[in-house]
Amino acid sequence: MTHRARITRIKAEVSGIWTYDLAFEDEAVAASYRFAPGQFNMLYLPGFGESAISVSSDAESAETISHTVRVAGNVTHALARKKVGDEVALRGPFGSAWPIEQCRGQDVVIACGGVGLAPLRPVIYHVIRHRGDFGRVILLYGARTPADLLFTDEYAAWQDADVEVCATVDLGDETWQGDIGVVPILFYRLRLDAPRTRVLTCGPEVMMRFVIFEARARKVEKRHIYISMERNMNCAVGLCGHCQLGPAFVCKDGPVFTYEKMEPYLNLEDF
Amino acid sequence: MTEPEQANHAHAFLLPDQLDALIERLREQGYRTVGPRVVDGAIVYRDVERADELPHGYIDTQDGGRYRLVRDEDAGAFDHVVGPDSLKRFVFPSCDTVLRADLQDGSWTMTPAGLPDEPVAVIGVRGCDLQALAVTDRVFLEGPYVDPLYEARRRNMFLVAVNCRRAAATCFCHSMNTGPAAGGGFDLALSELADGFVVESGSAAGDELIATAGWPAPDTARLEQARAQTAQLEAEMHARDGVVRDDGAMSRQRSLDTEGIHDLLLGRLSHARWEDIGDRCLACSNCTMVCPTCFCSSVEEVSDLAGEHVTRERSWASCFTAEHSYMNSGTVRKSIASRYRQWLTHKLASWHDQFGMSGCTGCGRCITWCPVGIDLTEEVAAIRD
Ligand SMILES: Cc1cc2nc3c(=O)[nH]c(=O)nc-3n(C[C@H](O)[C@H](O)[C@H](O)COP(=O)(O)OP(=O)(O)OC[C@H]3O[C@@H](n4cnc5c(N)ncnc54)[C@H](O)[C@@H]3O)c2cc1C
Ligand code: SF4
Ligand code: SF4
Repeated sequence: MTHRARITRIKAEVSGIWTYDLAFEDEAVAASYRFAPGQFNMLYLPGFGESAISVSSDAESAETISHTVRVAGNVTHALARKKVGDEVALRGPFGSAWPIEQCRGQDVVIACGGVGLAPLRPVIYHVIRHRGDFGRVILLYGARTPADLLFTDEYAAWQDADVEVCATVDLGDETWQGDIGVVPILFYRLRLDAPRTRVLTCGPEVMMRFVIFEARARKVEKRHIYISMERNMNCAVGLCGHCQLGPAFVCKDGPVFTYEKMEPYLNLEDF
Repeated sequence: MTEPEQANHAHAFLLPDQLDALIERLREQGYRTVGPRVVDGAIVYRDVERADELPHGYIDTQDGGRYRLVRDEDAGAFDHVVGPDSLKRFVFPSCDTVLRADLQDGSWTMTPAGLPDEPVAVIGVRGCDLQALAVTDRVFLEGPYVDPLYEARRRNMFLVAVNCRRAAATCFCHSMNTGPAAGGGFDLALSELADGFVVESGSAAGDELIATAGWPAPDTARLEQARAQTAQLEAEMHARDGVVRDDGAMSRQRSLDTEGIHDLLLGRLSHARWEDIGDRCLACSNCTMVCPTCFCSSVEEVSDLAGEHVTRERSWASCFTAEHSYMNSGTVRKSIASRYRQWLTHKLASWHDQFGMSGCTGCGRCITWCPVGIDLTEEVAAIRD
């Protein structure tokens, strides 16, 4: 079912990335819509097409459903021309979620790059709401430059809630005091308690491969590393075949998988 | 739609000229009747209103990259095997509207496509294609999401199967356990004899058709003969030894060793043979178009000039194209070798993980219609070596 929604707020995040808050037109849909952190919607702009976009807002605050979108091509460009009050359509939510239950009582490392923080922000919101349920919570986040780091205005609040925030950039500027380099290097600063560590990673596939490498080097178990895979998405319900990946369809069996499940297919060229 | 097989279904015997009566009965019941016909040198499914439109006296010789129709005085109406066409397009047409969106007063109204309700009876369906339908049923009907268009078309089908008494060199249904006898999932199954057709029902709808038509039951000798001729073909296919025969029409007669095929293929994703196939494959997508189980599709927006009336059109897609795995960060499967590997490992291996069955029925279409004659049975054998 495709539902109509109205844009209630647009927030310019960083260059080329905006967050759109949406409200369903149909009250019954609005009342019943629920998503789990990590799930995505298919945003639809008639005449342009659909795009898979993760929900980036708090799963426990149902009034607002946010999507943080990087302008990439056809659909996302058309979305960038929309204004507050304009209509879009969407269907969802789809896909598997981050393993909140499995993280309870454990240390959680969230390692992401670029817009890959968007599907993980709901996890951070959840952790903060239920902070006592989790051990150490660490965010390792990287972007191209300091100006490309998403959600910087929230880091202070996250840190106040005892989420360790470590950011790195590929290219610093004169004010940047943090790390320079790719996300996986941030692992060197951590003293991880491997058996109780869960790693949640989302970003470019190369980045995730190196995050996995660092986590494995510190003896985190394969089944405790969770990755969010990206593949061409057309139908989102496992019927169009585009997102087929080994034994899985990324849309309905993923996007979140354990590394244990994806290992044979991750390091294979062109698979 | 056909229900699960029950014991004690009706049997009948039809004289050759009573095929017309069968077609007529189906038409009286409101079915559009479709069957094999010769069109442009190939046998495809078209509307059939009279039995004399069927390809009496034709056989097809098939081989890698080769298909020829040959006149054969002794051939019956159904001694050809499978052509480039299959049941797929009757349940999953190559192009289908899935949604309409209309802009009115600044707001979009979205209307899912209306459900098709035309009942279709298909005559001449082979065991391999009945299995293909079981495969697409699993994909479109039996997962967490059901495709309403497929479901509507599938429910309105009546299937008249044929037990094969001849196979092409490209057929390997015996390896996949899908033929040459129609295994189930049909309403009626025909066995063509020299003097008529033994008809076996496989559903309540089939029983009813036989009962109302008042056709006599076949005598035991004919029933036996019907079973024996298909059993004999099956035995001959199992005896295939891969030796090239020098009779012009038949070259390597195919078989596929499916023993441990899932682990074999997924365990050899870096085998040198993939590159070798990549050098031969043209990425033309023919194999995926003719395959009765390939189900990939893409939806396109089709808009009027003002952009106020949009339809979303779903059409068949192929994993052999670059767009299939396109993401704005890059195409995942850049090389042709990787696309063939994707197709074959999906069909024969990961299909088992996803759907608990093979994605291949042994129909051999992809061998015949590949312009360069790439033969999956040969490729699997090479990867096994
Ligand atoms: C599970 C999942 C979650 C995602 N979450 C977000 C998010 O929160 N924010 C965000 O900015 N982006 C996200 N993406 C990526 C986003 O889907 C693509 O950037 C977007 O589809 C590009 O569409 P386009 O029409 O603008 O680009 P074009 O290049 O014009 O793409 C045309 C079509 O190709 C397909 N396509 C292209 N790139 C991708 C891709 N990377 N992934 C899947 N399909 C693609 C889509 O069907 C798209 O409509 C996500 C992707 C996936 C698979
Ligand atoms: S893969 Fe080839 S032989 Fe198997 S079902 Fe498809 S077309 Fe037929
Ligand atoms: S295997 Fe043959 S039919 Fe299939 S894409 Fe390659 S060349 Fe075309």
